[in-house]
Parts: sequence; structure tokens; C-alpha cells
Amino acid sequence: MKHIVIIGGGIAGIETACALTDAGHWVTVIEKDSQLGGKLNNWSYLFPDFTPTEKITVELQAKCRDKDFSILTSTEISTILRKDGKFNIETSSDQKLEADAVVVATGYELFDAHRKEEYGYKIYDHVITSADLEELLKPGGDLTVAAGKYPKRIAFVHCVGSRDEKSGNHYCSKVCCITGVKQAIELKMRLPDAEIFCFYMDLRMYGKHFEELYREAQEKYDIQFIRGRLSEASEKIDKSLLIKSEDTLSGRPLKMNVDLMVLLVGMEAGKGTANAAKACGIGCEESGFLKTTDTFLKSNFSEQEGIFLAGSCTAPMSVNDTILHARSAAMEVKHWLSKR
Amino acid sequence: METTPFILPFTIGLLFISCFLVIIIGIWISSLSRIDKSRIIHSILTKKSWFAIREIVMESLLHRKIFRKNPVLGYMHMSLAFGWFLLIVVGHIEACNHYQTFSVPAYMAIFMRYFVTEPSTTLSGKILSASMDLLLLFVLSGVVLAYYKRANSRLFGMKKTTQLKLGDRIALISLWLIFPLRFLAESVSAGIHHNGSIISHPTGELLASIFPVHSFEMPLWWAYSGALGLFFFALPVSRYMHIPVEVVLIFLRNYGIKVQKRIGGYSRIQVYSCSRCGICLDSCQMSHAAIKDTQSVYILKHIRNKNLTDEKLFNCLLCGRCQPDCPVGLELNNLRITQRIESTKEYNSSYEYLKNGKIAVSPQTEVIYFAGCMTHLTPAIIKSVKEIFAVAGVKYWFMDEEKTACCGRPLMQVGQYEAAKKLIEHNRMQILSSGVKKIVVSCPICYKVFNEDYALPGIRVMHHSEYLLELMADKRLPINKLPLRVVYHDPCELGRGSSIYHQPRLLLDEYVELIPIKNEKKTALCCGGSLANIKIQMNERNQIRDTALDEYLAYQPDLLATACPLCKKTFTKSNKLPIHDIAEIVYMAILNKMDIEINISTQIEKANADKNLRF
Repeated sequence: MKHIVIIGGGIAGIETACALTDAGHWVTVIEKDSQLGGKLNNWSYLFPDFTPTEKITVELQAKCRDKDFSILTSTEISTILRKDGKFNIETSSDQKLEADAVVVATGYELFDAHRKEEYGYKIYDHVITSADLEELLKPGGDLTVAAGKYPKRIAFVHCVGSRDEKSGNHYCSKVCCITGVKQAIELKMRLPDAEIFCFYMDLRMYGKHFEELYREAQEKYDIQFIRGRLSEASEKIDKSLLIKSEDTLSGRPLKMNVDLMVLLVGMEAGKGTANAAKACGIGCEESGFLKTTDTFLKSNFSEQEGIFLAGSCTAPMSVNDTILHARSAAMEVKHWLSKR
Repeated sequence: METTPFILPFTIGLLFISCFLVIIIGIWISSLSRIDKSRIIHSILTKKSWFAIREIVMESLLHRKIFRKNPVLGYMHMSLAFGWFLLIVVGHIEACNHYQTFSVPAYMAIFMRYFVTEPSTTLSGKILSASMDLLLLFVLSGVVLAYYKRANSRLFGMKKTTQLKLGDRIALISLWLIFPLRFLAESVSAGIHHNGSIISHPTGELLASIFPVHSFEMPLWWAYSGALGLFFFALPVSRYMHIPVEVVLIFLRNYGIKVQKRIGGYSRIQVYSCSRCGICLDSCQMSHAAIKDTQSVYILKHIRNKNLTDEKLFNCLLCGRCQPDCPVGLELNNLRITQRIESTKEYNSSYEYLKNGKIAVSPQTEVIYFAGCMTHLTPAIIKSVKEIFAVAGVKYWFMDEEKTACCGRPLMQVGQYEAAKKLIEHNRMQILSSGVKKIVVSCPICYKVFNEDYALPGIRVMHHSEYLLELMADKRLPINKLPLRVVYHDPCELGRGSSIYHQPRLLLDEYVELIPIKNEKKTALCCGGSLANIKIQMNERNQIRDTALDEYLAYQPDLLATACPLCKKTFTKSNKLPIHDIAEIVYMAILNKMDIEINISTQIEKANADKNLRF
């Protein structure tokens, strides 16, 4: 029986583990957190159809229970050494594992909004990130702002830490546009009296039903989209925010007072992926995401034979894309092992 | 007096260079502004001229600044400059002494050993000719070092040396030949006539015993005179123009003349005073990003050669790191800005939409607070300043809280001087009409322009680090030392740009543990984020920033402190080290102390309450 070690217990890791267990392999998943699920645990509803995240996590948990694979939580890998065609892995809790193949599924981290100081995250009271808002959108979440009132005017800022040379990230994080549309609609449903403005550069509605949702946001929910990047924000004495931007379609500078500002933070490869790359001796792209050997036909192959890649450690991905990428990783591993 | 045809190359060359210098320096001085001319007239008979002469001796002859940079390099320059100067002076005295007259033509002194065939008999003559031999030896030692430096510049503490063009090459080669040829010619003549002094005599005798020196004598003297003549003719098109022009520069500088915001006689004098020593290359951080052709020495060279491109002119951070190192003391930043003004003359915006108006503020207002555009991008600094003002009870007017014009400095840095003047006038009117006598700014870029280009009589401009220090000294701020090891990064515009080095350090000393570092104050590094460079690529900026950060990280600080929002923004991007403005650190310390005090007071209250219960 072949043994496969999967680094990362998010959706990519679990999905790969399930598919490889089904194929008759022995799989161990190493997860640094105390529970499986990764970043999905922080999300409430998923675009484009507002599926409750629980629905996905419950199914994944059920799979984990049903399938027979080992899980090491609160564990990180320290070293990986290749020896006689096998991988000798040592973990932070001094366990020693021997694997025939390794799958890196370390995922992403959210852009730290502190680094875009001009937007005042954690400096002004009512500037939050999309991840913070997701928490607030859970049933019972408190959406009030200053003096216990509900926000009357809300601004969403797109591309925070994505497509931004100044924050060092040139790439598009792909999912934030539609996340913004989804969250704007959710807020509008919760707060029908609020005016909502989205400040964007481009809106990239690439997926199935995305464009339709964007149209619905404008037509049905009266959400306004302004093409222009925010230059700065300042806090007024009543804790509302004065934001400055330019409406590039009308070619005019613009100032607006809002009660709440939501920063649609992008994805970064993060420390987990960087550490895994170092331990495995595999390369990163300039963006920090892991290099694949071929864009089209080998998107699960790393530079090292026997080390495979799954999910958003290779590029920003939606939940849907991640699941598909993980399944294809499992197929590649299975095929590779059968040839040996 | 005797004469001979070989004096012609030298004499013609000397005549040419004298006329050329008189004409060109005359043109430059006549094109100075009226005020500058009156500065000269009013200073020429004062002690300023004496200071200038002293500076010429110390710098142009003895090269004290280069000595400080590297003793071998200093010795090389001193032996060539001071040695040659003494050769001329002592040689002339020797000739005067020999012919017993004061009207000795220059060639008689220079070629004296050819004309005088008898050994000197008087004591004074013997002493003078011995010292001439020693002086020539002194100069030759410098020439040998110069040969060696061309081959190996590292010995002289310089990593890089400048590239030469044709005029420089000719001048350099003739300069290298002058002294060896003189030595050989004098020795050969001494060998023929059996005269000479302590060095030329034995060398001459030795040469005479080996070679048929009679046939060498004339060619050597011709070659010596030719080398001198060639040097004089190549001088105007070579970097050695700095030798005569620097003397003029030192006088004018001592008379208080500065580079204006236009190209003029004085800026030309500065350009021609550059010796292209290349010392500025080593301090330039652009080389950390592999940019190696935009440094000050090259810009001045291109200005002289009239082939300066905007690509090079604007590819500079204007950090000013090259300036303290310049042995000639050139105003390198201002020269570049002057050139930028010339290059962007056509693009100046009118800013007609600015509405000038007067401002009425409360008469109790102590200070105007001007955060600046960059500080609006780092709101944590504004928040800290506001909170500190609240703690100290400062009554202030936040001038640019919602909207105001830019301070004008970024425009000035890129040469948009006329446009900047309109913004300056707009802000100036507001400041003056408020009637407040103190303005506190958070951004060193604004600070510099408020200080230098805003005419604000009776109004004190302060950077917040100065003002917070004053508040602390007035006991309006609580003191609390945090157990943090901090490296302070001098912002270019505040440090080298405005000479504010001590106030931020005094302030930090009270609130954290400050670590002294190698490159600080005048030699402080630039963060790489400067607005003055509009050509540099982001990845190049990042390289400059990371090289600076790596140096700071070696001291293992808990955090990096600065006093500039732009430095903060630039460093924050790298994510390697926490970085805070000085105001944030002070606020952190105060907040920490107040928390403790609140805790103590609640404990005391609690204790009292307990007592009350007990009794």
C-alpha cells in the first residue's frame, strides 16, 4: 500500500485525501490548525448562490469520518528528505513519516489590510475587511456602527492588496469582485435603507452566474458601482468616514461620507506556503504562489518529482476551482504511483 | 635675458589658458544676478575673502576633506596640488634670487635649470635648489600613486572610479608626463653641466655615465614644454578646469552666493568646479538597484557636454547622500533641481481653480497643524498627533484636515517651480491670515518647503518631532520609557535636507532605548520611496529599500522609528520589521503609562474602599 502525505487540511487537502483514499491508498493529512477546513471555516455564505458554508463543511466532515485516512492536527512539517525514492518527513511534534508521494495543499492567506494604511484598517473604528464582514453576516451578527445605529451609507473597496504595485501584489485575486457583489447584496438585504457603493477598477465576473449576480445587484438591489480607486480615508469626529476617490467614468474627483467601509482583501501565498516550498525544495513564482511545471497540462506538478500541488497554493482560486484542482491532483498522484 | 625656441609650446599654452580663463570667468561673473554682484562688491574687502583664501589652502591645496575620506587618496591629491603650487612659487623665488630681479618671465622660472649652467654658489641659492628637488620628488610620489590608482582604485577607499572622455585623457596623459619629463630634463642638464642639487645632481651624473646625454637634452626639454602646453590647451575641455574654477567658486561661496532656481553664472561655475573624482559614486544608493549612470558626477558631466537626458536627470532620489561627501562642496541637489526646472519649463500648471481666501481661526489657537498629503496616507500618525495634542491640551487648527493645496515641495523636486509657487502662495495666505505664530507639520517634505520657500515672517515652522520635544520639555507630556530597542531612520528631507538630527533622537531617548547605528545623520540611508524620482521602477525602489532594511535588521531592533510618513509607507511594504513614526511611539508610551496610572488609581480607590468597609 502506497502512503501519501498531504500538507494542509483545507478543502484542497481533504478533497485530495478523500479521492486518494477511494483509490486504495493510505493517506495522512497534516494540518497546522486544531481543526480541518482551513479558511472556509471563516466564511458564512458562498457566491454566487449564497450557499451556506456549513453545507460544504458538514459534507467534508462526513467524508473525513467515513473515509479511512489519518489526520494530524496542530502539526506542521519540519523537514522533508528524499531517500531511496521515498520521502522521510519529520513533523513539529517529532513524528517521523515515510511517504511515497507528497501533496502540497497549503492554501493562501488574506492580505493584511494594515499594509494599506491609507484606508485606516484598525485605525478607524468602522473600517473592516471582507473577512470581518463575513463574520458579522452570520445570524445574530451585530451590524451597528457608532451610537448603536445601523450604517446608512456603506462603501466597498475592491482590489485591496491585489493588482496593486504599491502593495507589492501585481496579480488579480480573482474572487474578491464577486465576493464584493455577494456581500453588498447580503448587506442590502439586511439593511434595506442603506446606500451601498462599490469602488472598483474593473469587475471581473468570470464564473458561472457571476455576471447575472452583478446585474441583479444593480437592478434589483440598487447597489452603485463607481469606477475609481480610493485614494485615502479619514475619520470624522462622529466616527463616520470621509473617503476620497475619482469617478473615472465621469472624470471628476469625488468625496463621500460613509458610515462603514469594507475592504475586499486579496489573497497572498502566505507563510504556510512559503515554508512548505522551502521544506520541499520547490520554487515559487514572483507572486509567492507555487510554480507548476506546465500551465495547461501539468498544473498539479511541482518542480520536484513526486511532490504534487493542489488548490490555492498555486494561484488564487474559488472554492469550486479548488475542489476541482484537488481532484485532478489526486488523479495525477494515482497515475504517477501506478507507473512506479 | 636668454631664450630658446622650446619655450614656445609652454608660453603659447600659458597665454591661451590665461586669456580663456579671464574671458570665461568674466562672462560667468557678469551673468550673476544684481544681488549676487553687490554681494561680491560688499564682501571683497571683508574677512570673508580671508576665509576664502584659508579654504582654498585647506581644500584646493591640502585637500583636507579627501584626507578625511582616505589618507592615501588625500596624500595623492595634496602632493599633486600643493606640491605643484609650491614648485611654481619656490621656482619663481629661485629665479628671482638667481637673476636678482623681480621681473622674471614665467618661462625663465619654469625652465631655469636649462638656462643656468653654473652650480649655485650662494647659500640661499643652494637651499632653494635643494628644496626644488625635494618638491619635485614630492609631486612625483603623487604621480606614481595616480598611475597606481588608475589600475587599482580600491586602495584609495573607492569602489568605483569615473570614466574618461577624450579631452580628459589628453589632459591626464600630459599631466602624468609633465613631472617625470621635468625630472629627466633637469637631471640630464645637471649631468651635462655637472651642477644640480641633492637629487638632480646624482641622477644627472648617473645618467651621464650611462647615456650620451648631450643628444637627449633638447628633446627632453621640448617634450617637457610640449606636455605643459598640451595640458593648458586641453584644460578647457577636461575635468581639470576644476583647478582654476574651484578657486573662483570658493570666493563666491564665501561671499554668500548660492545656486538659484535658474541656470546662471554661478551654477555654471559649480558645474565646472566638479573634479569628477567620483567620490559621490560610492555613497549613491541607486547602485543598490544596479543604476550606475545617473549619479551627480555624470549629471554635471552631461550638463557640461550638453548631452543630459531626462531619463538620467530625473532618475535620482534627491536624497542628498552624495553632498556631504563632495570634496568641492557642490550643491549637487540644487544643481539637479535647477536643471529639472529648465527641462520642464513648458509643463507648468496654472492651478487657476485654487480660490485664495482668508481664514478665521479662534484667537486661542496655539498652533496650526499641517499633516501633509503623505501623512493622510498614514492615518495612524495623524491619530497619534491628535491624541498627543489632546493629552497636552494643545489648542490647534488642523489646516489640511479636509482639503488644502499640496505644500509644493514634490512639484519643486521635479522642477515644476512656477506651479509650486502658486500652491505656496495659496497656503501662505491661509497661514498668514490665521494669525497663528507656530505651524507644526508631520511630513519632512512639507517641513523643508515651509522653511525654505514660504516667506512666513514671525512664524515658527516645526516638525512634530521638534514640537513634541518642546511639549515634553514644558512638562506637558508624561514620560514613560518603553522597553523597546529602536533604530531611528533619518528621513532625507528632515536630516540632510533640514539638519534636524538631534530633536527626534532626544525625544526617542525619553521613550525607548535608541540604538546608535553606522549610517545615521549625515550618512543616513534613503528609504528608496522618494517622490523626487519619477523614472525609477518599483522593483528598483524595493531593492534600495531592502538593502537599507537589511542594514537595520543587523542591529536586531524591536522596531524601526522614523519621522516621515513616506519612509514609513515605503518600509511597511516590505513586512520585515515593524515601523512606526516617532509620534506613534510617543503616543504608545503615553497610553501605556496612562493605563498603568489608571490601574494604580483604581487599586488605590479599591484599597480605600476596603478600608472604609473595614472601619
